[in-house]
Amino acid sequence: MKLMWFHLMPYTELPDDFNKKHPSVWVDIHSSLFDPRRAHHMYNDFMDELEYAAECGFDAICVNEHHSNGYGLMPSPNLIASSLARRTTDTALCVMGNSLALYNPPTRVAEEFAMIDCISGGRLIAGFPVGSPMDTCYAYGQNPSLLRERYYEAHDLVKRAWTEKDTFAFSGRFNQQRYVNIWPRPIQNDPHPPIWIPGGGSIETWRWCAEMDYVYCYLSYYGYKAGLTTMNGFWNEMAKLGKDRNPYRAGFLQFVGVAESRQQALDLYSEPAEYFYGRCLHVDARFALPPGYTTEATQRAGIEGMMTKAANLANPATKAALKATNMKDIVDGGYVIIGSPDEVIEQIRHVGTSLNVGHLMLLLQYGNMSKQTTQYNTRMFAEKVMPHVKDLFSDWEDKWWPKPMAKGQRAAVPAFRPQTVAAE
Amino acid sequence: MSEPQTTTVEVNGFPCRVWTKGSGPKLGFLAGFGGLPRWVPFLDALAKSRTVIVPSLPGYPGGAQGHTALDTHLDWLLAVRQIVEKAGLAGADLVGASVGGSFAAEMAAIFPGHVAKLALIAPFGLFDEAEPAADPWAQRKDNVPALMCADPKQWEALVAPPEGANSIEWPIEMTRAAEAAARAFWPLGNTKLEKRLPLIEAPTLVLWGEADRVLPPSYAKKVASGINGSTRIQTIPNAGHLAYLDQPDAVAKAVLSHFG
Repeated sequence: MKLMWFHLMPYTELPDDFNKKHPSVWVDIHSSLFDPRRAHHMYNDFMDELEYAAECGFDAICVNEHHSNGYGLMPSPNLIASSLARRTTDTALCVMGNSLALYNPPTRVAEEFAMIDCISGGRLIAGFPVGSPMDTCYAYGQNPSLLRERYYEAHDLVKRAWTEKDTFAFSGRFNQQRYVNIWPRPIQNDPHPPIWIPGGGSIETWRWCAEMDYVYCYLSYYGYKAGLTTMNGFWNEMAKLGKDRNPYRAGFLQFVGVAESRQQALDLYSEPAEYFYGRCLHVDARFALPPGYTTEATQRAGIEGMMTKAANLANPATKAALKATNMKDIVDGGYVIIGSPDEVIEQIRHVGTSLNVGHLMLLLQYGNMSKQTTQYNTRMFAEKVMPHVKDLFSDWEDKWWPKPMAKGQRAAVPAFRPQTVAAE
Repeated sequence: MSEPQTTTVEVNGFPCRVWTKGSGPKLGFLAGFGGLPRWVPFLDALAKSRTVIVPSLPGYPGGAQGHTALDTHLDWLLAVRQIVEKAGLAGADLVGASVGGSFAAEMAAIFPGHVAKLALIAPFGLFDEAEPAADPWAQRKDNVPALMCADPKQWEALVAPPEGANSIEWPIEMTRAAEAAARAFWPLGNTKLEKRLPLIEAPTLVLWGEADRVLPPSYAKKVASGINGSTRIQTIPNAGHLAYLDQPDAVAKAVLSHFG
């Protein structure tokens, strides 16, 4: 099993009365809450944490894209990934990802991902989310009725830009480019960097991932218990389509807090977890469902009740049933796995096998967790949990993992040395 | 009230429902936000002295998934032109409200032979940063009725599933109507209609509900002053954005008196 370390980069100093005084953490969150001088420290702490996770031996470090969002400070995850490419050596860089319909022209994504792949020596995982309603339709003003069609077309364009050898003209429904010819080109060119698709629980997305042979990632904040319905739906669909149960077809996000004992874990992680589920998911319901964002097929499935959970879970704003904001309910609901190393090992093995997920994306920093606590959690997981769960799925081949240049061929990145004053 | 006659025209391979009722000179109506999931009293008031012809627009109730074929504003305008022609409305008087009002104005501007006299009820198409229109696509569900109508019950009655309606398809159809509006007018409702208003030569009545919470009533002046032909503004008391639902008789009376 691959263990991947995921950072959302939440603003860590939302006030205690945030939920009372502010309608939403997303889209129209007030600028007065953002202190750039504090954000300077947050960004640097977060990047320290990602680099630390790489040092600790996680298989990948992961970043993602959000806009106008108090729990996600990465409008451009590519900026962070580019820096990480220079400060890590062997860890895969998972950009989860770039919302294709937001880039004009979408070849910008092909270019920037190719840059990251070149700088990192071929360590990129290219994530292509449609993007949440809040990010795409509200913060970025994209038309919800055209978003998916634009997304699919942008995907086709990016893929052709990566794989076609000669300059070509692209005459699409939404994009017209006379000369598509990206420089640089990705190192991973057989045929292109691995493409992973974070999505909700729609059957169309599952079918598309199967058809394109992409990894499907279910990035819910509500943990393995709530995720079971969706992942079962995914595997049932794969079976119908005649695809094998290779667990590396799938990715799943899980919050974890590990310490010497369960009590110590509760003492350490309750505040950051309650901060996240309380303040960070405080999204105004009016930004939940722009008409057209959810396809009619998915609406129909939702109304018919077959997949109500799957359709709603992906969207943090529509969670009527999932509202736990106190630690007991958060833990009971499985949103956050808490415990001693032995307890966490048991639960992680359960998550892997019950959901049949080979790519486990771990959130070990959440809410207002400090760098010190985050690094403790990361170290504990790496030393005491990872060795006892890595063996899962060793019978299966991960065909969707980056294939970097051989180590000896890659550039040596000199250690960072703070500059002393030249005159001395 | 008696049932209208229902026929179907086809545009871009999708069906569009056309309702017809009454007698006398033809009068067309392009409905507002939400479309017409059912026949409404306003149409009866018009049908007393005119042949009322009510085509659905693509994606609105009766308009199937026709919106999915329309990517650009030009696509929309050409689809509406075909609907107007196929419904037999070319050259007739035309009333348009809200989203339909924007298209009615476009028809009069771009295809002047298609519209004799024009009545616009709070048309979409403009946006003023100093006085922003409300965002009809970012509303909690329970806020929508009071946003659309001065009397929220009028909106609730419009969208309530009739007896025997398919409980799965009905709500999808209502969402589709909001999507069709979004497809043409996202995110601000601003289609730069002001550039084309000067081309309108048809005598135009601009009606506005005085309690319109979607488009500020001050927009009436912006619309009227942009039009080249003769214009008159009339405010409808106790009416919201969909004034024809709140005050069917007053709106019908104003329209009929303008058309003469």
